[in-house]
Amino acid sequence: SERSTNLLGVRHILLVLSGKGGVGKSTLCTELALALRHRGHRVGILDVDLCGPSIPRMLRVQDRAVHQCDSGWVPVFVGHDSGIALMSIGFLLERPDDAVVWRGPKKNAMIKQFVTDVAWGDLDFLIVDTPPGTSDEHISTVEALRHYKLFGAILVTTPQ
Amino acid sequence: LPSPAALQRPLCLAECPGTGSAQAGRAAACQGCPNQGLCAAGAAGPDPAEAAELQARLRAVRHTVLVLSGKGGVGKSTFSTVLAHGLAADEDKQVALLDIDICGPSIPKMMGLEGEQVHQSGSGWSPVYVEENLGVMSVGFLLSSPDDAVIWRGPKKNGLIKQFLRDVDWGEIDYLIVDTPPGTSDEHLSIVQYLSATHIDGAVIVTTPQEISLQDVRKEINFCHKVKLPIIGVVENMSGFVCPKCKNESQIFPPTTGGAEKMCQNLNVSLLGKVPLDPQIGKSCDRGQSFLSEAPESPATLSYRNIIQRIQEYCEQHHSQEEKSI
Repeated sequence: SERSTNLLGVRHILLVLSGKGGVGKSTLCTELALALRHRGHRVGILDVDLCGPSIPRMLRVQDRAVHQCDSGWVPVFVGHDSGIALMSIGFLLERPDDAVVWRGPKKNAMIKQFVTDVAWGDLDFLIVDTPPGTSDEHISTVEALRHYKLFGAILVTTPQ
Repeated sequence: LPSPAALQRPLCLAECPGTGSAQAGRAAACQGCPNQGLCAAGAAGPDPAEAAELQARLRAVRHTVLVLSGKGGVGKSTFSTVLAHGLAADEDKQVALLDIDICGPSIPKMMGLEGEQVHQSGSGWSPVYVEENLGVMSVGFLLSSPDDAVIWRGPKKNGLIKQFLRDVDWGEIDYLIVDTPPGTSDEHLSIVQYLSATHIDGAVIVTTPQEISLQDVRKEINFCHKVKLPIIGVVENMSGFVCPKCKNESQIFPPTTGGAEKMCQNLNVSLLGKVPLDPQIGKSCDRGQSFLSEAPESPATLSYRNIIQRIQEYCEQHHSQEEKSI
């Protein structure tokens, strides 16, 4: 099957995971991206939390939209130097309060598109923010990224 | 950067009729959507034989309350256990707590039931009883070890949820409380669909004061409207912290956009109450003890009790309205 070339320029992929919700995954993804960018790295964030996408608001780009180019979807560029590339379902909603009420198969298809259709370009780090749990989004993300440089996972928790 | 083409949103988001709509799976935009088969089947309603089975099993449930949030970690499970304990304080009431968070079941630990197993009898699966009048069911009881990950896709989760409703011998219950995982996905669609065989009084939606939570909670409120689930009201957890030493109040999660209060005003839903942060809450959950019993003097306990009373009043009022209309 034809493999997309859109991730070939990405050097490392980091998955940020937790079984638990509300422990600070999205917060960590955002701060990690900003810190890596501050050190001069080329950074992207892929937000695969389809039901509760937090990253756009955390980076104050919740009103931006996604455009297409020849290689696929253009990520939204954020940060004070527009140096962080971001893709989130938050950009694809008609209204910000629209609920994405999808069953697994549709979520899986969207994640696959996020992995193959976004023109990331050359990145040192792609940070992937995930929703809580161990279900469709997680299985699909790992499966879709299997052929690429899956670097590793960072697990987030709180003390209790 | 390549010059942007005209804005094109993916077809699926712009034109999806919504999985709960009568057009689900049948609209023109559904052709080729990976969910089409599922939606078309769902739109036709549950299998009549299955619906009858569920209806029979849930016939003796007087009130059903769903505890929801778009956001994780805001205190849904904590609230569900407090609600369950609070309602069960009346020994004449029979209370059931059903945990449909398949990937992250917190209820067994919070109820002090870790390590318990589910027993089967001729009449079905037996809930695990904390008190004589408080029974619990969770996938947590079905795991061989508490650290076992349940790595299931949607359809398998839906199957277990259906079993929880169909195969558990709940008996006669005054209140069935259903704790849910965060989000608006398979578990939420399924529980609303399966419980259409009985009557859901409504949903209690839990949040914390910050906009990042409210953002997801507004989606959950929209979900409730889409599937025609009444909203009993919203609970704001982690709402301020009073230091036990200096008595100063701090906003640990500042309500930068007005908190739940403003959101409820804007969306015309009830604010049931605000519960302050109390470290004893987390401790009680970790230890599997009832917070209401462990800290009866806490301001959080007072808030919880007021909220529980409002929920009871809502359920009783709607019940008597229904009886009048029969």
